[in-house]
Amino acid sequence: MISAPDVVAFTREEELEDELYREPPLPEEYSVPLFPFASHGANPWAKVASSKFTRDFILISEFSEQVGPQPLLTIPDDAKVSGTFDLNYFSLRIMSVDYQASFVGHPPGSAYPKLNFVEDSKVVLGDSKEGAFAYVHHLTLYDLEARGFVRPFCMAYISADEHKIMQQFQELSAEFSKASECLKTGNRKAFANELEKKLKDLDYTRTVLHNETEIQKKANDKGYYTTQAIEKANELASVEKSIIEHQDLLKQIRSYPYRKLKGSDFHPYEPECALDQANMGCDQDLTTSDPTEPGETHLYAHVPSYTPKLIKAKSAKCFDKKLKTLEELCDIYFFTQTLDQLHQIERTFRGDVCYLLTDQISRALLKQQSVTNFLFEDVSFLDEKPPEKQYRGCQGLSQDAVGRKCLEEPPAPKVVISLGSYKSSVESVPIKMEQEMEDSQEPKMTESVTFEHQENLDYLDADIKGSISSGESIEVLGTEKSASGLTKSESQASLPVSPSPQAGRSKVGSRRTVSEDSIEVLSTCPSESLIPEDFKASYPSAINEEPYLDDEEGGLRFTPKLNPDNADEQEDISKQENLMQVDSACCIGKESPNFLEPLPDLGQKPCDEDGVVRIPPQPYRQVEPGLRGSFGGFPSHDGISGGLLPYELDSRYLSGSREVSKSSLDECSDSTSYISSAASTCSDRTPSPALPACQASERHKKKAGQNALRFIRQYPFAHPAIYSLLSGRTLIVLGEEEAIVKKLVTALSIFVPNCGLYAKPVKHWVTSPLHVMDFQKWKLIGLQRTVSPAGVNVLHALSRYSRYVSILDADSKTLRCPLYKGTVVSRLADHRTQIKRGSTYYMHVQSILTQLCSKAFLFTFCHHLHLPISEREPEESVVNRRMNFLKLQLGLANEDIKIVQYLAELLKLQYIQEPGQGANPLLRFDYVPSFLYKI
Amino acid sequence: QKSSVQTIGEEQIQNPYTELVVLKGHQDIVRFLVQIDDCRFASAGDDGIIFLWNAQTGERLFELHGHTHKITAIAPFYSSDDSEEKNHLILTASADRTVIVWDCTSGRQVQKVSCFHSTVKCLTVLQRLDVWLSGGSDLCVWNRKLDLLCKTSHLTDAGISALLELPKNCVAAAVGKELIIFRLVASNDGSEGWNVLEVKRLVDHQDNILSLVSVNDLTFVTGSHVGELIVWDALDWTKQASECNFWDSSVHPDLQPEIKLSQSPNETSVQHLTSDEECVFAAVGKGIYVYNLQMKRVIACQRTAHDSSVLHIEKLPNRQLISCSEDGSVRIWELREKQQLPAEPVPTGFFNMWGFGRANKQANQAAKKMHENTPAYFLELVGDLIGHSSAVQMFLYFGDLGLATCSADHLIILWKDGERESRLRSLTLFQKLAQNRDLQCKF
Repeated sequence: MISAPDVVAFTREEELEDELYREPPLPEEYSVPLFPFASHGANPWAKVASSKFTRDFILISEFSEQVGPQPLLTIPDDAKVSGTFDLNYFSLRIMSVDYQASFVGHPPGSAYPKLNFVEDSKVVLGDSKEGAFAYVHHLTLYDLEARGFVRPFCMAYISADEHKIMQQFQELSAEFSKASECLKTGNRKAFANELEKKLKDLDYTRTVLHNETEIQKKANDKGYYTTQAIEKANELASVEKSIIEHQDLLKQIRSYPYRKLKGSDFHPYEPECALDQANMGCDQDLTTSDPTEPGETHLYAHVPSYTPKLIKAKSAKCFDKKLKTLEELCDIYFFTQTLDQLHQIERTFRGDVCYLLTDQISRALLKQQSVTNFLFEDVSFLDEKPPEKQYRGCQGLSQDAVGRKCLEEPPAPKVVISLGSYKSSVESVPIKMEQEMEDSQEPKMTESVTFEHQENLDYLDADIKGSISSGESIEVLGTEKSASGLTKSESQASLPVSPSPQAGRSKVGSRRTVSEDSIEVLSTCPSESLIPEDFKASYPSAINEEPYLDDEEGGLRFTPKLNPDNADEQEDISKQENLMQVDSACCIGKESPNFLEPLPDLGQKPCDEDGVVRIPPQPYRQVEPGLRGSFGGFPSHDGISGGLLPYELDSRYLSGSREVSKSSLDECSDSTSYISSAASTCSDRTPSPALPACQASERHKKKAGQNALRFIRQYPFAHPAIYSLLSGRTLIVLGEEEAIVKKLVTALSIFVPNCGLYAKPVKHWVTSPLHVMDFQKWKLIGLQRTVSPAGVNVLHALSRYSRYVSILDADSKTLRCPLYKGTVVSRLADHRTQIKRGSTYYMHVQSILTQLCSKAFLFTFCHHLHLPISEREPEESVVNRRMNFLKLQLGLANEDIKIVQYLAELLKLQYIQEPGQGANPLLRFDYVPSFLYKI
Repeated sequence: QKSSVQTIGEEQIQNPYTELVVLKGHQDIVRFLVQIDDCRFASAGDDGIIFLWNAQTGERLFELHGHTHKITAIAPFYSSDDSEEKNHLILTASADRTVIVWDCTSGRQVQKVSCFHSTVKCLTVLQRLDVWLSGGSDLCVWNRKLDLLCKTSHLTDAGISALLELPKNCVAAAVGKELIIFRLVASNDGSEGWNVLEVKRLVDHQDNILSLVSVNDLTFVTGSHVGELIVWDALDWTKQASECNFWDSSVHPDLQPEIKLSQSPNETSVQHLTSDEECVFAAVGKGIYVYNLQMKRVIACQRTAHDSSVLHIEKLPNRQLISCSEDGSVRIWELREKQQLPAEPVPTGFFNMWGFGRANKQANQAAKKMHENTPAYFLELVGDLIGHSSAVQMFLYFGDLGLATCSADHLIILWKDGERESRLRSLTLFQKLAQNRDLQCKF
């Protein structure tokens, strides 16, 4: 893990008093804006709004044509969750802002009713009175018995934390889209079935009517028809018309344009032509194909068990019949699938938004570190996407069910990277174009792209919030489309622009409190049917454009710190700084001046990477096909080139040393993380979640962290033991009792670097004598000590191979291993640490190990540290340079060098390994004396 | 009682081998390693399978199946004249009484000879004549196409245990205690026919001859089971010098008496010989002896170099010597000159006299003899390699590439210089980077 939640608690000083004394800033994405109410002495975790529910939940509501908006179910399905929160009221609120002009019925100029395959609409609603904010996902399901064949539903993610909804908008949207798609697929299937049944009924009715008419005809020899006969004939005609209509509907539902599905998550603006095409195809089908083609008969054969009923000429009154439940509307399989998915969503977004953000950032950054992330991280989760698989399953099924093959691949959700995520969703808005045009006037600005991007976001941020509002109870703060309608100048005039997205975010927070309206629509994602004109037409009185001039009366005002030019300068300066830092930090030993020659080029690399750090990670846009691309970016460089900041932080805060004893951040963060998870009311009182995919491993981490904490407190020789593990020397935990040994092995396993992409080289329990190959394969082994002759063999083997191993005797509490005099491990495992929780300690370990990884990366990939600059250069000078780099540039002392060298060796092996063939495992060792440590 | 085996601590500064790769494949004792070219070698053993390996990467190149019994001899056979294509062949003999020729490039069996009456125990290739010889109960001469050119009559049931090529188309064959010199004579009738004639029988050894080594064109050396070492003239096959019991404890008084008591013929057998221009290095029992040909005496020795018999020794170019033993270890020695040569022995003598208290006459004499005989050199242990769990049968020194050892634990271990490997990996890494065009846009 890149980051610990501890780190989140840092706040970034908005104003830095002394520019000269400025330390390299915390990477942007880790900094959190100052709590707006800090001046009032408020606890940032205190309840801001008085929400009536205890935790986030998902609500499914329906706008019933009989009773109006009603809540159907909540996830989790627990009365305690919603508490005193009025679900009925909230349902009314959220259902009343369905913008879907989903038109079903007889469009003018069409003979038959047409189904409209509408996109879902995604809206963010706020109800500041209730203290509830919701991501609302509207969707319609087809029901033959419903008015216009449609039933409007919505799924809402309700949270007390507005930031969470806003920041996770993209993710929520993606997840809910999947759930909705699943629901709709099931619905289409059910609808098709229903239509088939109805068709059979109609067919049967037609036959009956036809027979009756014939009988009447025969019975009546007169040359004219009786009124009865005419009535019958009319009835027959209407049945026939109805048959054609229903056949047409069936055709439509079965010709659902599946290929739209593929990108439906990301192409909300997809032009209607796809739909039109589909419809045209449909029409063509209609014209070319006979309604009674084999397919039809096949269809009848499909459901032989159904016995058709006679359909009365006049259907029952609307309010007499019972409407289908959601479960009936969708296939039961798809319904449960959807519920599972929603449960998953609930789990995923549970907890504090800080945690979610940090976690997402960590994962995104981790993904970029393709070269080093295998060392200490569990990278397996990077590949897996369980919900998607699940979904694929149900997609496949639906495919079979409907008999369509258009869908080749399931909608792969764009991996969205937090911070600016919901803003980035707005990027296709025309306003960006203007922005770019403006920026293009300054082509010299190399890094303008990233910067402008940020700025852009801010504009949009402002636009979304500030565009429209109303004095009435429902306040629509913005839709993306309406936002696009605003001109830039307007938004600029109304809202001061600040260059950092954080500032933009806090703006929202402050403004929210000003608002007196009970429900606000904060933003919407487009639905296809929505265009601003429609919108205005349908809510003519409710919406007035109202510039946010009264912003100043809010508690906080954010003024632009920098105008773009200034920003340029800053950017340049920071770039220069970076270059300088690179100068000193790069691989050149100072005694070799001719190395300086390739430097400017070399400097490019960390600088670019620095760029990555400075802005919210958006790897898909910013990764160049260059060095960083394949190196996977290495943002932690910043910490190194920037004056070893993490070090300082560490030694000052994290190690909990005497100087800072109680007020150490460690303690602080420990307790705050406790507060945030246990007592946070701002967003959620549930414990911060693990990622659903690796909940088990999360538990394991916690346990391992706890055990490790105990180990370093109990054993004074923990440092050399950990050093052994980090430097690739196999550590053997010897003991009689399996449980004790396994516990120790679990504790120590968090320090073991991975040798490849696969499982950790840890063997928890071995009873047979060890062999040299075991030391190649395993770097941490739990070994049984017995008194039997076999046990003697075991010990004999151990003494024979003693040069390859360190032995930790769990029974007599001794350790036999080489001396350690470095400093890294003491930061890693300080027995006086104030960290109390296992998971916190685990993260602390991970952060230091990540530092080590970054050093190893630098060391590995600096060309001249390993190879001579010129052909004539003797090997000794290369070795000198290498050692100088390790000692001076990386700041490593004594044995720490060996740790980095070992990690570098692992990196090399991993990098040069051909994908096809498994590399021969090799064992590296040193001839160094071992010492016996006792308690 | 302290162990007489010299040990070295865990700190071995001069030991370059800090990386190892275990090569698995064999299912029984691996007895033979033979170098094919700069980076390839073959291994063979009791499971009858021959493996070809890349000595640099440890990659298994081929797995050659063909023999049904254990391999008894293996020899590389290089193509002599066709320079356009270097064709590497290896010959293997097995207890199934066959000899197979393998092509090392394709990994295929080229030809198989199975007309032997007994197991072929040794193979030798006379590159010069482009023929090869197989020694079992008789000696056969074959050409490249595997035609039998000629053969001797049945010699003994025990058969030839070792063969050595000598100048003037002669071959020395060790048959039990005897050393038989054969000469290949071009036959009068045939185009490329050869006749093999027995020229001389040398019966100077008291026991079975175990090892034969050629020092140069003029001399070769033989060693026997009871510890005789005889230096022969390679041209007229006369005995130049012999050291019959130079490991006798009487000659070397600092040897502990109890070891002398427990001394069995096994502990004095000359297991293996190797030589450079100046010296012959003999693996005798558990010890290693350095015999100087010029001085005609042992100049340095390590009486108990290993815990059990030394099976193979080899001299490295850099004055180092590597030995492997039944105890599963490989040791690296360095031949060093004694610095305080004149002064040193005296106190030892004094110590001996006073230390033993009642020093008898023999001891005194011995001390005196030792004084004269004191090797001007000594073997210093500079490193040991521990990895095998059973007897190390043989090893192959690949220079910079490292060292391959094979053992009764079915494994082959490649020992490498960690520094060098690390550097090579860096090189590969940057090559790969360049290949991936990662660096081109930056550098």
